[in-house]
Amino acid sequence: MSEKAMYAIYDDDYVLLESAKHLVAKGIHIRDVFSPFPIHGIDPVIGLEKTRLAITAFIYGMIGVALAITGLWYFMIQDWPLNIGGKPNFSITTNIPSFVPVIFEFGVLCAAHGMAITFMLRNWTLPGFKAKNPYPRTTDDRFVMEIHASDSDLSAEEIKALINETCVLEIDEK
Amino acid sequence: MHKEAAIREPLILGDDVTYSKITEDVLYSIEHGPTKLWKVLMTIATITALWGVGCILYLLGTGIGTWGLNNTMGWAWDITNFVWWVGIGHAGTLISAVLLLFRQKWRMAINRPAEAMTIFAVFMAGTFPMIHMGRIWMAYWVFPLPNQFGSLWVNFNSPLLWDVFAISTYLSVSLVFWYIGLIPDFASIRDRASRPVQKLMYSLLSFGWTGNAKAWQRFEEVSLVLAGLATPLVFSVHSIVSMDFATSLVPGWHSTIFPPYFVAGAVFSGFAMVQTLMLIARKAMRLEYIITVKHIEYMNIVIILTGGIVGVAYTTEFFIGWYTGVQYESYVYMSAGAATGKYAWAFWSLIFCNFVTPAFLWFKKVRTSLTATFIIALIINIGMWFERFDIIVTCLARDYLPSTWRMFFPTWVDLGVYIGTIGIFSVFYLLFLKYFPVLALNEVKTILKSSGERYKNMSDEDFKKLHPVFKKDIK
Repeated sequence: MSEKAMYAIYDDDYVLLESAKHLVAKGIHIRDVFSPFPIHGIDPVIGLEKTRLAITAFIYGMIGVALAITGLWYFMIQDWPLNIGGKPNFSITTNIPSFVPVIFEFGVLCAAHGMAITFMLRNWTLPGFKAKNPYPRTTDDRFVMEIHASDSDLSAEEIKALINETCVLEIDEK
Repeated sequence: MHKEAAIREPLILGDDVTYSKITEDVLYSIEHGPTKLWKVLMTIATITALWGVGCILYLLGTGIGTWGLNNTMGWAWDITNFVWWVGIGHAGTLISAVLLLFRQKWRMAINRPAEAMTIFAVFMAGTFPMIHMGRIWMAYWVFPLPNQFGSLWVNFNSPLLWDVFAISTYLSVSLVFWYIGLIPDFASIRDRASRPVQKLMYSLLSFGWTGNAKAWQRFEEVSLVLAGLATPLVFSVHSIVSMDFATSLVPGWHSTIFPPYFVAGAVFSGFAMVQTLMLIARKAMRLEYIITVKHIEYMNIVIILTGGIVGVAYTTEFFIGWYTGVQYESYVYMSAGAATGKYAWAFWSLIFCNFVTPAFLWFKKVRTSLTATFIIALIINIGMWFERFDIIVTCLARDYLPSTWRMFFPTWVDLGVYIGTIGIFSVFYLLFLKYFPVLALNEVKTILKSSGERYKNMSDEDFKKLHPVFKKDIK
């Protein structure tokens, strides 16, 4: 283990957010924050970029729609056209109204599942994985910042002193 | 600090609510042994479920001739129950998706149990089309699979096939939506678990969730986009179910009003079922300070709205049926013929349950009374079953030719399968209440400071005094 990480433990999301703003202004880099629920407003403070998951959902949805249209064209128009209830079956364009529900459902199916799977993979949360949150209480009522001294120009002691100015419960190193 | 309007009533009651209290209280049933009430209910539910499974097995072994169907009545209780369960399965996703898009914070206390209800209800709904096929081992024929019949494909022009896609998409997307929301809460249980088996079980279920900032950012994005996808999905599912009827030529079914009317009816019945289950669960689990009377009232208001839409739809159907002057229309489920015919008892049950009873919710006293709500919700549940029964059976019973006019008489298998699915549903639901985090812990905690009673009307100065950021500020 090369360098120890510093964990500043707080008991309130508001206090952590305000402290994070203060520490970042002083030049400290906060590598990560662990919390029992999303802390709104923390992302820009610790320099997180917006996630692009929504874009992937759109792409998966479009793939689903394209697959559904291709499949329906093949099943109903190309491979075995049947005259069912007098509904037109000469081309995909004339018959599309009665295909819309399935195209829509399949698009939603692909978008939702594709995005969910991408979320799991990207987040590395999959069945059987071990949790890496530093303290068990971060899923209950503790809010923790992870700081590495090597990420900023300040020394470990200076960082600790700055953190100690805020209402931190405890600073732990491991 | 992010506050909401002072005029809104607090959503979390009590001056002593902290983050850890919410965790403690919600996870109480998981971390402690089952209560006596739970055991009693579970026993009843299990017996009913086993009875249902027995009936279904008997049905499959003998054939659907064991149902009371006849040449005129091709559909009766099977599809009635199917539509009833799908309808109930509409509240969960409506609460978690549509109300999320509308930023309704009160959804957070009820979305988890409502979604669980949705999934189990849709699961029950799915069994009816499967078993009504008679030969269930051929159920996979509904999918467009390459086959040896000259590669004859399924008919994508048919609403029955749209239904296959709609219901399966709805079930699987709701399941994913629900499960993703559950992951952080499973992690909370995992990190508190003391017994090894419990620890292992919830470690597996929580997928190694860590709760770091990026994970939460992605989590919120996924929830939002899934809500966006699930919203049109909710509306499409019951629209498509209604097209099973609306695209046919049976008088009473062939009606363009059906899709919006069915969707409203589904939400109406779904919320009634949420009320029925929630009123018991909040009391039994002592969560009255999170699922407050205000929540019950909000749900009652949704019931008033959707019940109103359903009422207008009934009136329209009745009027238009009469106004067309078509003789066949004068015997459909909403007509003078139905009101005075052999199914008059079913017609008037429907009117009483869905048209008259919900009107009492217009009174604030009634909709904030738990007992009244419970009784009205139960009546609506029954009424919505009658609605589907009326649409299917009354319309089929008075077809074009008087020589084919028949009545439908259910057999003990009809009854057994229906009661049985309620039993199976209850088993699932009771297991959910015991072993799953009943409320969305991570969501309820986010609104504690904006909507909690203790914080809500606190001034900024008081709030800052309570939560000092710098040690030098502590006096």
